[in-house]
Amino acid sequence: MNQYPPWKYVLIVLVVLIGTLYALPNMYGDDPAIQVTTTRGFTMSSGTSGVIDDALAGAGISIKSSEQTTDNRLLYRFHDAEAQLHAADVVQKALGETYVVALNLAHATPDWLRAIGGRPMTLGLDLQGGVHFLMQLDMDTARSQALDRYVDDLRAALRDAGLRYVSVRAEGGGLVAQLRTEADREQALTIIKGDQSLQGLEVKELPAGETFGLTAAINEQQLMALQQTALKQNITTLRNRVNELGVAEPIIQQQGADRVVVQLPGVQDMVEAKKIIGATATLEYRAVDETNDPFSAQQTGRVPADSRLYTYQGNPILLKKRLIVSGDQLIGASGGFDQQGGSPMVSVTLDGVGASRMLEFTRDSVGNRMAVVYIEQKPGGQKVEDVISVAVIREPFGKRFQTTGLDSIQEASQLALLLRAGALAAPMEIAFQRTIGPSLGRDNIERGFKSVVIGFVAVLIFMVVYYRSFGMIANLALAANVLLLLALLSMLGATLTMPGIAGIVLTVGMAVDANVLINERIREELRNGNTPQASIRAGYEKAFSAIADSNITTLIAAFVLFLFGSGPVKGFAVTLSLGLLTSMFTAIMGTRAVVNLVYGGRKRIAKLGV
Amino acid sequence: MDFFKKKTNFDFMGKRKPILAISALFVLASLIMLPTLGLNLGLDFTGGTEIEVRFETPPQASQVRESLAKAGMDNAVVQTFGSPNEILIRIPPQDEGEAADQTATRVIEAFKADFEGDVEMRSSGFVGPQVGEELTEQGILAMIYALIGIFIYVLFRFQWRFSVAAVLATVHDLFVTMGALALFQISFDLTVVAALLAMVGYSLNDTVVVFDRIRENFPRLGKLSSAEVINRSLNETLSRTVMTSVTTQLTLIALYIFGGEVISAFAWTLIVGIVIATFSSIFVASPILLLLGVSKYDLVQVEKEGASLDARP
Repeated sequence: MNQYPPWKYVLIVLVVLIGTLYALPNMYGDDPAIQVTTTRGFTMSSGTSGVIDDALAGAGISIKSSEQTTDNRLLYRFHDAEAQLHAADVVQKALGETYVVALNLAHATPDWLRAIGGRPMTLGLDLQGGVHFLMQLDMDTARSQALDRYVDDLRAALRDAGLRYVSVRAEGGGLVAQLRTEADREQALTIIKGDQSLQGLEVKELPAGETFGLTAAINEQQLMALQQTALKQNITTLRNRVNELGVAEPIIQQQGADRVVVQLPGVQDMVEAKKIIGATATLEYRAVDETNDPFSAQQTGRVPADSRLYTYQGNPILLKKRLIVSGDQLIGASGGFDQQGGSPMVSVTLDGVGASRMLEFTRDSVGNRMAVVYIEQKPGGQKVEDVISVAVIREPFGKRFQTTGLDSIQEASQLALLLRAGALAAPMEIAFQRTIGPSLGRDNIERGFKSVVIGFVAVLIFMVVYYRSFGMIANLALAANVLLLLALLSMLGATLTMPGIAGIVLTVGMAVDANVLINERIREELRNGNTPQASIRAGYEKAFSAIADSNITTLIAAFVLFLFGSGPVKGFAVTLSLGLLTSMFTAIMGTRAVVNLVYGGRKRIAKLGV
Repeated sequence: MDFFKKKTNFDFMGKRKPILAISALFVLASLIMLPTLGLNLGLDFTGGTEIEVRFETPPQASQVRESLAKAGMDNAVVQTFGSPNEILIRIPPQDEGEAADQTATRVIEAFKADFEGDVEMRSSGFVGPQVGEELTEQGILAMIYALIGIFIYVLFRFQWRFSVAAVLATVHDLFVTMGALALFQISFDLTVVAALLAMVGYSLNDTVVVFDRIRENFPRLGKLSSAEVINRSLNETLSRTVMTSVTTQLTLIALYIFGGEVISAFAWTLIVGIVIATFSSIFVASPILLLLGVSKYDLVQVEKEGASLDARP
């Protein structure tokens, strides 16, 4: 007889119930909200929420609810978008510059659902609008930067050891040092081996000529390490910058060995976002070479070996190559007006190492000048270096100081923002960018939803017309299948994209295949003169191998799609494979359970509705 | 309702030679069309910048070009996109890496100055040349690995003749579908690659269902010739082959009509691909299986196979 043991019915009901529960959060939609975070280096004080509450109450804006989502993130929900926009303004004014207030759409999932881990699917950029960047690490530049650093360090190490060299320079992807004697070279080799900052070099001796030369190349291991640390630092930096932008739910992820994906959903001002994300600006503090004449250097083209020629306000200036402090030692910066002169300035705070280096330098150099070089990596690889200020060191200083000489307060605050957000360890290029306007996102959701519903209904109607009762049962399974698929996608925290929707639609079409196979098989058995009960049993049993084999081959294709695909293709592969898996459960076990319930108990069935 | 009330009894294998010849002709035509007509490669593969703009009223194509020329973008390609109010502008990769949104801003500003009413940027994209190359490479690799994976699976579950027939039929589907993409100049982007791989999955799904029936029928119908067994199997699975194709097409047509521009190339590829895949599971995979000399001995145990071979006259 066609009967399932009770536990199977219980299991099926349980799975469908759990599926319903976890698919449910997708029905609730979003609340307009604002998200308050602190900028880098500041911690959220306990009184912050009180300040916000007061400010909102003062402006007469009613809050739907508020919560602290993480240590330094507050979320306020509102009843409508108007209140949200107004609130963002009010709160930003009340809290000042050390806080970022961002507009956000917060899921309106009820608390009891959230308590059991229920959450809606995240909408992809193509459905809610936003910017997607793929940034590629520029390893060539990173390598030459590393080489420059090695040159500096080697010179310093040789000088510290009192060893006089003919030259140390970067040449053809490596480093070349020329020394006077064989003994000097031996000593240089020992210095390189012993110096912590000179590790990772592969040193070779050059054939002796007038001088005794050494070449050194950065070894593979070191280059790999360089790439990894550069990428890691860049991700951190990008994260800081994105936080400064106040984007609600950004995604910043490593992709492959040398790429970073940045997704900024719902960003309105793309140009501004791009400027902040893409900028690879940093500051370097360098001493002014006071012993040589910059004008003669400019005319003759003969620049002292340890200096470089820049121009500042139309005049040449020589700056020492060895830098005092660079952007990565900077922990805080804010724009404002100079209290004495009233000119725009950036107030800078350094970390411990930077502060002690700065103090050491300024102590010995009171009365001398120090320059700030602003280095920006433009897309396309050119490097722009500008001397933005030259100032006389009036007294030794360390941790805190000011940089003046900027054109406008806008420039000062933008520079402060970039400085705060940190420098990229190596320049990055945008390899791929996709911007989706909010209106297109809305249209896509509407279209996607419409096509899922229409495709689904068309299949439902077709199945009922063609297979009658068994078609109806297949339809139940199909509905359960879509429900389970949505639940699984939500539980996995998948991002729903337009290709993902296409995957769901296609799953609907292909999922009924199992039922078509079973129903056709039952019809066949009936045609061969078997009894209805035997036909049902044989239909399910014989169809199974075909269902399993055909679904596994499709899963292989979907799996490969997942491995090789990027972005949209991955989303499609995930929904398609999950849909196939859930359909195996609903179409085989689910329908069998219903068929058994309906027909299993009957002794005699006159005619099967198949 | 039942389209296949009576047992069908088409002689598919009897006509295998002319039909295989036609299939071969299709593949040949595709192989000629692919390099001559070429695929209409989308932004994902060519690299460059793409901007989608919506106007309040349908713009004149000539005015759009004029406006772009003034903004210094003579090499831009303009096409309507979805509704007549929307246009898609494609700008080939430039030497100087001007950022996409800078270009987009320039374009929108030029339009705002030259056109009445609101001009809205719907989306913009920029793809660097290196990414395009990588995507092409990944796409081809994905196809190859999918085919290898499936070859091995079918080898385990069936036998090498089935593997070869299934993979050849799938390759046939891939070529013919891509030929159709070239013929109709459908924009070939990443979603189309996904569609092609989904089609590969579907095509094999279809073929494997038929093979499953052949595997089942060989021992049952031992007295019949291989051609007759295959014919019988094809007829028995015919209704299923057609029905599944119909339900899948129903959803795909909904996707094509209502899904919007973003997904239309995807839906188009699958609609055409599934027609071809359905055809090939009947008219390509099975005839190849027969050509490869499949017999009932192929599906029995290996030791037995040797023994029965010896016993043959």
